[in-house]
Amino acid sequence: MTPLLAVEDLTIHFDTEDGVVHAVDGAALAIGPGEVVGLVGESGSGKSVTALAILRLLRPPARVTSGRIRFDGRDLLALSEEEMRAVRGARISMVFQSPRTSLNPVLPVGRQIERLLVRHRGARPAEARAQAVAMLREAGLAEPERRARQYAHQLSGGMCQRVMVAMALATNPRLLIADEPTTGLDVSIAAQILDLLRDLGRRTGAAILLITHDLGVVARLCDRVVVMHAGQTVEWAPVRGLFHAPAHPYTRALIRSIPRVDRAVAMEPIAGVVPSLLAPPPGCRFASRCDLVRTQCAAGAPVRTVEAEHRVACVAVAGV
Amino acid sequence: MSLGAVVVILVVALSAAAAPVIMPYDPDEPDAEHALERPSLRHWMGTDLYGRDQLTRIVHAGRVDLLVALAATAIALSLGSVLGAISGYRGGWTDQLLMRAIDTIQAFPSFILAMGIAAALGNRLSNIVIAIAITHVPIYGRLVRGEMLRVREMEYAEAARTVGNRRRRIIFHHLLPNCLPPVVVQATLAMGFAILTVAALSYIGLGIRPPTSEWGAMTAEGAGYIVSGEWWVFLFPGTAIMATVLSFNLVGDALRDVLDPRMKGV
Repeated sequence: MTPLLAVEDLTIHFDTEDGVVHAVDGAALAIGPGEVVGLVGESGSGKSVTALAILRLLRPPARVTSGRIRFDGRDLLALSEEEMRAVRGARISMVFQSPRTSLNPVLPVGRQIERLLVRHRGARPAEARAQAVAMLREAGLAEPERRARQYAHQLSGGMCQRVMVAMALATNPRLLIADEPTTGLDVSIAAQILDLLRDLGRRTGAAILLITHDLGVVARLCDRVVVMHAGQTVEWAPVRGLFHAPAHPYTRALIRSIPRVDRAVAMEPIAGVVPSLLAPPPGCRFASRCDLVRTQCAAGAPVRTVEAEHRVACVAVAGV
Repeated sequence: MSLGAVVVILVVALSAAAAPVIMPYDPDEPDAEHALERPSLRHWMGTDLYGRDQLTRIVHAGRVDLLVALAATAIALSLGSVLGAISGYRGGWTDQLLMRAIDTIQAFPSFILAMGIAAALGNRLSNIVIAIAITHVPIYGRLVRGEMLRVREMEYAEAARTVGNRRRRIIFHHLLPNCLPPVVVQATLAMGFAILTVAALSYIGLGIRPPTSEWGAMTAEGAGYIVSGEWWVFLFPGTAIMATVLSFNLVGDALRDVLDPRMKGV
């Protein structure tokens, strides 16, 4: 299967006054058409930066220093700015973590969707209006005609996120990047939004890259998972494989750190701190926190296959 | 208080607009027999050296003063907002260049600069508008730049980029409208200041030329008669300037309280 999106060896540096921050180091991930892939990791692990790099929206001091981002057979990093604008919003769209502040406060929400349809679909104003309302209805908003005329501050957080999802999928994109789409929403609304994402994703055939630090969200929504730590991708696995047989020591620690209510297991926080990305240690960046650390770790972690579709970047894990 | 200020502005603006219809005298026609008359029932605010009715002239002067101030404010606001928006959004050397240009304007005391421009260009009505507009551009430029620096980091700015908008569209359609509330307040306050500048320029003879009636010029004319006891010649036009400028400031303050509650009472 040719992946819809394949990120290979992506390296992103931030030039700061204190030196170069190695924010992302050789990250790799792939998403098939219609697939839902979770990108998990703690804050600062490079998830959002990777997402912005895919859309080529990184701004100085951040820059992509190497890597390839193939989308639909084309290398996004090689496209002109003009071609890239035609990709953004039309072929790849994005949902952000704070829905209320991601909507422009001075434009009615319906108008924001209309503009997008006019821009990318060449829709006439009247059809754009009808389509915007139809999209809002699909996104599960009651009274979509009235809502379309309202402003972001007149809607609740959950409604705003529905609007964002409607907007993201209005142009029928092939890939939807959702960056922490449920942060700041209460759990029941969050669950509804996740269901909405999955349903609309299925209906429109869009693949979803879901960025989150919440493994519960991953379990609910994703087909496959990519785990990031300190700018490195460390494990790629189907959801079941990840939860039943996590291979990378970091993933294992991550799963042990989930509080459980159904079992009498103590929640274990992960020892140590994320290494400074200003002068990261060579090789595996988890080495300083890892129980299984050995001398080869400093030389880098080869990617090994543990099972079909389950790969891990670690020297301490036996491959197949 | 601010309601009273709105009423004052409305009265001045409406009477100025309707001046030729509502005022019984010709503002520029001399009447030597009635020169320097005290306020009376025939001439509520007295007459000047040439026997012209003061009230008529003050109302007619409102046309000139308000129009010049409004035009100057409109030009300065448009130009300043565009420059400030580009400067704030793009940053880097564009920002440096535009901001240093604005610093250069601000390096001069604004009234001296307005005087210089008016003197250099010649004191035609349009030149006075230009002079005041130029001195006011920095006010809006800096304000909008500051707002733009804030809103360009907002998530809806990022969202506007994610959906493939052009930069021009992002700046002017998505972000600039979000920068405007403080600009509205500033424009109201600056409007009062612009009126003051027109009057001051005319007072020193660099503004509107006689015989066109203008508050500052009328006050200047009247100033010579204070010692000889003809107080009404300078008092009424002077009061018109003060009341109008004060009203614009009060309205500006009230608007700020509404649009930006954090600044309340400051």
